[in-house]
Amino acid sequence: MTTLTKTEGAGSAPTGSDPFLSVRDLYVRFSTEDGTVKAVDGLSFDLERGRTLGIVGESGSGKSVTNLTVLGLHNPKTTQIAGEIVLDGQELIGARERTLETLRGNKMAMIFQDPLTALSPYYTVGRQIAEPYRKHRGVSRREAHLRAVEMLAKVGIPQPKLRVNDYPHQFSGGMRQRAMIAMALACDPDLLIADEPTTALDVTVQAQILDLLKDLQQEFGSAIVFITHDLGVISTMADDLLVMYAGRAVERGSVGEVLRSPQHPYTWGLLSSMPRLGSDVDKALTPIPGSPPSLLNPPSGCPFHPRCAFPEQVGGGRCATERPALPEGRGAACHLTAEQQRTVFIDQIKPRLG
Amino acid sequence: MLPFLIRRLSGAVVIMFLIGAFTFFLFYSIPQDFAELACGKNCSPQNIAVIRENLGLDQPIAAQFRDFMMGIVAGRDFPQGHCPAPCLGVSFASGDMVWDSIIDRFPLTLSLTLGGLVVFLVVGLGAGLIAAWKRGTAVDKALSGASIVLSSFQIYLLGPIVLGLLVYSTGLMENPKYVSPFDSPGGWFLGMLIPWVVMATIFTAQYTRMSRSTMIEQLQEEHVRTARAKGMSRGYVFFRYAWRGSLIPIVTIIGIDLSSLLSGAVVTEFTFDLAGLGRLAVESSVNKDIPLTMGVMMFGAFFILMLNIIVDLAYAFIDPRVRLS
Amino acid sequence: MSENPTLSPERQDPPDAVGETLLSVEGLTKHFPIYGGFPFKRKVGAVQAVDGVDLTVRAGESIGLVGESGCGKSTTGRLITRLMQPTSGRITYAGQDITRANRRQLAPIRSEIQMIFQDPYSSLNPRQTVGTIIKSPMEVNGINPPGGREKRVRELLETVGLNPEHYNRFPHEFSGGQRQRIGVARALALEPKLIVADEPVSALDVSIQAQVVNLLQKVREELGIAFLFIAHDLAIVRHFSQRVAVMYLGKVVEIGDRDSIYNRPRHPYTHALLSAVPEVELAEETEGRERIRLAGDVPSPVNPPSGCRFRTRCWKAQDKCATQEPPLVRIGGNREGHLTACHFPEEPTIAARDEDVVLDPALAALEEATDTH
Repeated sequence: MTTLTKTEGAGSAPTGSDPFLSVRDLYVRFSTEDGTVKAVDGLSFDLERGRTLGIVGESGSGKSVTNLTVLGLHNPKTTQIAGEIVLDGQELIGARERTLETLRGNKMAMIFQDPLTALSPYYTVGRQIAEPYRKHRGVSRREAHLRAVEMLAKVGIPQPKLRVNDYPHQFSGGMRQRAMIAMALACDPDLLIADEPTTALDVTVQAQILDLLKDLQQEFGSAIVFITHDLGVISTMADDLLVMYAGRAVERGSVGEVLRSPQHPYTWGLLSSMPRLGSDVDKALTPIPGSPPSLLNPPSGCPFHPRCAFPEQVGGGRCATERPALPEGRGAACHLTAEQQRTVFIDQIKPRLG
Repeated sequence: MLPFLIRRLSGAVVIMFLIGAFTFFLFYSIPQDFAELACGKNCSPQNIAVIRENLGLDQPIAAQFRDFMMGIVAGRDFPQGHCPAPCLGVSFASGDMVWDSIIDRFPLTLSLTLGGLVVFLVVGLGAGLIAAWKRGTAVDKALSGASIVLSSFQIYLLGPIVLGLLVYSTGLMENPKYVSPFDSPGGWFLGMLIPWVVMATIFTAQYTRMSRSTMIEQLQEEHVRTARAKGMSRGYVFFRYAWRGSLIPIVTIIGIDLSSLLSGAVVTEFTFDLAGLGRLAVESSVNKDIPLTMGVMMFGAFFILMLNIIVDLAYAFIDPRVRLS
Repeated sequence: MSENPTLSPERQDPPDAVGETLLSVEGLTKHFPIYGGFPFKRKVGAVQAVDGVDLTVRAGESIGLVGESGCGKSTTGRLITRLMQPTSGRITYAGQDITRANRRQLAPIRSEIQMIFQDPYSSLNPRQTVGTIIKSPMEVNGINPPGGREKRVRELLETVGLNPEHYNRFPHEFSGGQRQRIGVARALALEPKLIVADEPVSALDVSIQAQVVNLLQKVREELGIAFLFIAHDLAIVRHFSQRVAVMYLGKVVEIGDRDSIYNRPRHPYTHALLSAVPEVELAEETEGRERIRLAGDVPSPVNPPSGCRFRTRCWKAQDKCATQEPPLVRIGGNREGHLTACHFPEEPTIAARDEDVVLDPALAALEEATDTH
């Protein structure tokens, strides 16, 4: 079981073992000409080996920034970071660049959204896959090349011995993403971060890639952080789910819990603004009013309160002044009581979802 | 790759022909009697008639054009003697073969260009890379600032200052002059050093700014981030991934600069009193020495064409997407 | 190629049609030439972006066009709005052949067919105010609404849910969703009868998409405007469109009313497409959907497969599929108006099969390995 608990001293996880990846009170801020962007604002989560954590959110929710920070790929000059990121007992924030280099591509790897721009046009697919394997395993050029062929075969590239010498632009979109996965898995990483890995792909190819990732996870046993804006994708991929809004986690729990009995008004909004293949076409969608907030100047209190329909149920103007905490484990960062959340969902939200 | 090269070279031949034709008809449309120009002042009508016949100016224009083009391909005969291919005619002013005059001046121009190129590529690109690597630091600001200041300089300003400092007041160096490197490599080097440095300074500034900005742009590319995410070191990513992409715009500019320098660096040559192609071009046009002007023009056009092809080949070498499409 | 007008003999307007046929296209084809070769460049082939599409749009209805990249859905939209000249085929609008109509002939029709684009950032001129952007179609077409153009623009802003006071603002002052509303207002300025909406919500955040979908729905219902709704998101198309056409590699492979396409599909590609959509399962126990995993990507439209274009990725393909192109017809078991271009159609259900169709070799291998231990 992945434990999604806030730090209450070490070893509070129910299984007794320390999580493989643990992010604690992470704050990420960028200095820009317009001011300071509060990209991630007090985020905590844990992840265990072999599990998949889905992080869902819209643009500007901080989901991608969080994971670039885990890998240490942010620009150190303009970024201020506070908090803890512990990977397998090792603190990553403040770690030396050399240390991070030995971890990246080796113990933790990343798959990016658009494989066309994320692969270098100047080198063959094989070389790009072999590169991290050579570096981290210290093997010969030839061994690394064989590993590239092996990985390409594993991710389903036909004629891998020939295609290993192709350049990315000679691959189709789906094949490029497979090559990207081959590259990320070449060193058998314990942690795989997939940032919208199928958003740029067609739906039939997306289905292949998602299944492939799931099957490869079974084989490699990696922990996966899967970032997406697509609730459908996340419901097929993840074990646990973290919903992010304006740089904060607003709800978490297992995928089934969050999608079937959501507690946060933002999660309700996401679900009821999105048509599904099985939904009732005669029911109008219920959009979330307004737009996502600027992270230069996020709303006070609960960042969702300007778009939320329920602040008066909380009363006392608390939503605008007091920041709701995200409870340990299953829960939502919302001032509504558990009872209110349950009745609103059953009486108002669920009927909309058809 | 080979078909590409053949296609480009055959295209270049066609374009060279068109340039020849264009040059020919451009100059022959000048409302002036070439025989009079060739004869100079105080020329008797008899002399003019002789010259007209010698130059074939009494023939119909189509025949003259044919002779001109054939001369370039196969050579032609003048009363002064045989003019071997590529024959660009005979200078009105000196009576020498145009081709010989150009070839006579070319080593200096080539020396000036290649020497300057080495300096401004090494210093310019190097400074740009350092500035990009140290982006935002004092080093970057110093290099960027210096490049802006230097790029506002002009050769005719910087040249005399350097000459004044190193030659006239201190006598540390001699006045620039051209000595064949085959006769005296040391003399050649010392003789060209000041022009190289002065000319390169102006170009260096431009290359520093460009290599810095293209590197910074490339460093933001997603594939560069991917390489970092694989654990490749910063230096490796900088040179293997980012630099490769920044070469395309740089190669483009090098091609343009080289072809203009090879057809003569007029200002540099005048500033340092060197006799290269640029000076030849200016002198010929001042003297209304039409064949020489035409010859220098076509010679320059040839380099522009060749460098264009070389630049395209370089693109293919740098970027497999160009190579394989 | 398939200039064959007898392709869809069954195509008739159903009796309870929304309205009269507003627009119809027959054999619509667009080939983009490819140049290359040695020593002289010449036409060496063509991207067969759209290849013989038949389609009708009735007044007031919404027809969805779905398919993956390279299927020609966007090109079809651009051909219909005459932003592009078709290679061949016929476009008839309100009984008038506009395939080769010139600028002047087209002028009155241009205002009746409007387009909404995908990217609300690049489709609005950043140097013009919102008022100017919405007003300019009226100016170009010399339309003077009662009360003046400015008044009309303010009304339009109100219709699309923007503050009329924002008349003098610039596009960059608006969010993505608001910009798309400006795009809708611009399209509405000329009181069109047909709007071609090309991926109108795919650039927007999930929470904003519904705002724009609802707006388009309101516009369609209240103003009676017909929509050709082009999108890759099958759930949104289902929500918005009464009829749906599925395209693959430049051809319509299946067309029918919403229920037929989504619940009773016959073409294997439609099955594959639907089964690939990742669906949020809101209930604990839901009846399983079929699982079909194709191999590889869509082939290049430069050299599309002979016969049935889907055959290279189809699990039911036989020799016949390579030699004979299946006509788009009403096959046995289809409802009226439900046409399928397939020699070996599937059962009209999307329920889980006894055995998944997994054509992807890597998936098949990995799944075999996990099944055995």
